[in-house]
Amino acid sequence: MLALVAAQGLTKRFDAHVAVDRVDLEVGAGEVLGFLGPNGAGKSTTMKMIAGFLTPSEGRASICGHDVTEDPIPARRNLGYLPEGAPLYGDMTAGAFLAFVAAMRGLSGRRGRAAIGLAVERTDLAEVLAQPIDTLSKGFKRRVGLAQALLHDPPVLILDEPTDGLDPNQKHEMRALIREIRPSKAIVISTHILEEVDAVCTRAAIIADGRLLADAAPGDLASWSPLHNAVSLTLGARFADAAAASLAGLDRVETVQRGPAGPDAARLTALSRDGGPILADVGLLIQAHGWEVEDLRTETGALDDVFRRMTQPDGEAPGHG
Amino acid sequence: MASVAHVFRREFAGYFITPVAYVFIVIFLALAAALTFYVGAFFERGRADLLSFFQWHPWIYLFFMPAISMRLWAEERKTGTIELFLTLPVSTAAAVVGKFLAAWVFAGLALALTFPIWLTVNYLGEPDNGVVVASYIGSFLMAGAYLAIGSCLSALTRNQVIAFVLTVTVCFLFNVMGAGAVQPVLGDAVPAELLETLSSFSLLSHFNNIVKGVIDLRDLAYYALTIGVWLAAAAITVDLKKAD
Ligand SMILES: Nc1ncnc2c1ncn2[C@@H]1O[C@H](COP(=O)(O)OP(=O)(O)OP(=O)(O)O)[C@@H](O)[C@H]1O
Ligand SMILES: [Mg+2]
Repeated sequence: MLALVAAQGLTKRFDAHVAVDRVDLEVGAGEVLGFLGPNGAGKSTTMKMIAGFLTPSEGRASICGHDVTEDPIPARRNLGYLPEGAPLYGDMTAGAFLAFVAAMRGLSGRRGRAAIGLAVERTDLAEVLAQPIDTLSKGFKRRVGLAQALLHDPPVLILDEPTDGLDPNQKHEMRALIREIRPSKAIVISTHILEEVDAVCTRAAIIADGRLLADAAPGDLASWSPLHNAVSLTLGARFADAAAASLAGLDRVETVQRGPAGPDAARLTALSRDGGPILADVGLLIQAHGWEVEDLRTETGALDDVFRRMTQPDGEAPGHG
Repeated sequence: MASVAHVFRREFAGYFITPVAYVFIVIFLALAAALTFYVGAFFERGRADLLSFFQWHPWIYLFFMPAISMRLWAEERKTGTIELFLTLPVSTAAAVVGKFLAAWVFAGLALALTFPIWLTVNYLGEPDNGVVVASYIGSFLMAGAYLAIGSCLSALTRNQVIAFVLTVTVCFLFNVMGAGAVQPVLGDAVPAELLETLSSFSLLSHFNNIVKGVIDLRDLAYYALTIGVWLAAAAITVDLKKAD
């Protein structure tokens, strides 16, 4: 697969501070890369470098094969970019602003109007086109920023927190839109909303302190959670002690966590030692001892769990055990 | 280049979105007229020429041109729109030239609106209109030089007030450099050749040449070079400072 977006050893230093540290990335057509990381991790800095706005201290980035520093104009033609915070010319009306961007993109006359029309329809902007951008609400501003990035139907989209400030309907629309345009494009989005990654991204990259810690499918990342394939059961309190001991005795169980579940019920969670399925083993044990189990389920592990563990200073390394 | 035209159009229209531009032009015209008729003693001189009008331009421009140029880049940097703007497929050079031209044409418009003064002098007497045309050209070039300096200094900061003050200062220095005004101050401390050289870089001395009615190629080349050099410096500054 041809990488539409590629970065090799991308590094940015601000004086002594290393904001982005040797990041390698490749995003091909049909992929949506979700960029995750705590505040100040270097997500925006990385995106600014790929968009050709910031010059990397080291390393290189390219868009559709054009190096963003050596060959900036062709690279930018293939890029739709929504900078962090969606900065816009506040004194222009939304319509005049889109017309300006279309003109700068070489879209004039009928093609320009058609492009603006489609972008306006996709971002649902028709009602505010005549309004100065300064007077728009935050969500509408973000949508103007999005419309601007989509205008020329570019093969590469880099969107820094595109759904920040959108209402739930618009977030939904936005995700639907990304899924719709995805097949022909390489899309990089940054977000703090982890469910969004599950919803639209084909890959998730976690970055912290400027370093890329993980780059995998969201499902695979979630499987790095210690809770992945863990089994939770809720049972009568009188069985709890014995059950916890027997579960902990199983070969494939790492540890057993215990939490309250009600007045005379207990909730036990058996964590899988190798991340593999342990439900069958637990099931046999339940039958053998005749425990009264009210609820039994397999956990999948959640992305935010993995995110927290990877990006907190005292978090553990990815993997199991 | 098409993108220069698009940048120009957006920037130029931007001057008229708020009433500030109109206020600016009115104040400029009022000041030009006041200086010409009262301070410049236009009527008392009893001469059918516009010297008492044009002699003020370098000094009026000293405050008006930096006011036009201060926002060119400082505002883009302050609001962050520079990130959007410079990731569009436009070269920094085209962006700098487009913005500069918008400022220059705006200044030209203000200058053109002084035409009633020209009409007045034609009504009252028979001026040498060749000299007047030359003076207008010289004045316009002078404005261009100030605005080119202002473009560069506007890219240096996100603060428009700082850009304004810096531009006034630098333009002032370029004006008086080697001019008659500093000669008495420096006295004999500086060799005459140095003063001569300095004065050949002075915006004012070239302006004074043109206002006499002689458009010398050297004076034109001087303005073209000044504008070109400062715009090149502006492009470099924009590239260096855009992401700070
Ligand atoms: N122009 C700059 N000068 C100095 N330091 C900077 C500059 N821009 C960014 N940084 C630093 O680089 C680091 C990464 O910032 P960046 O904006 O990329 O974070 P982020 O991952 O986008 O965070 P957020 O989730 O808050 O948007 C931060 O420590 C920030 O302070
Ligand atoms: Mg950011």
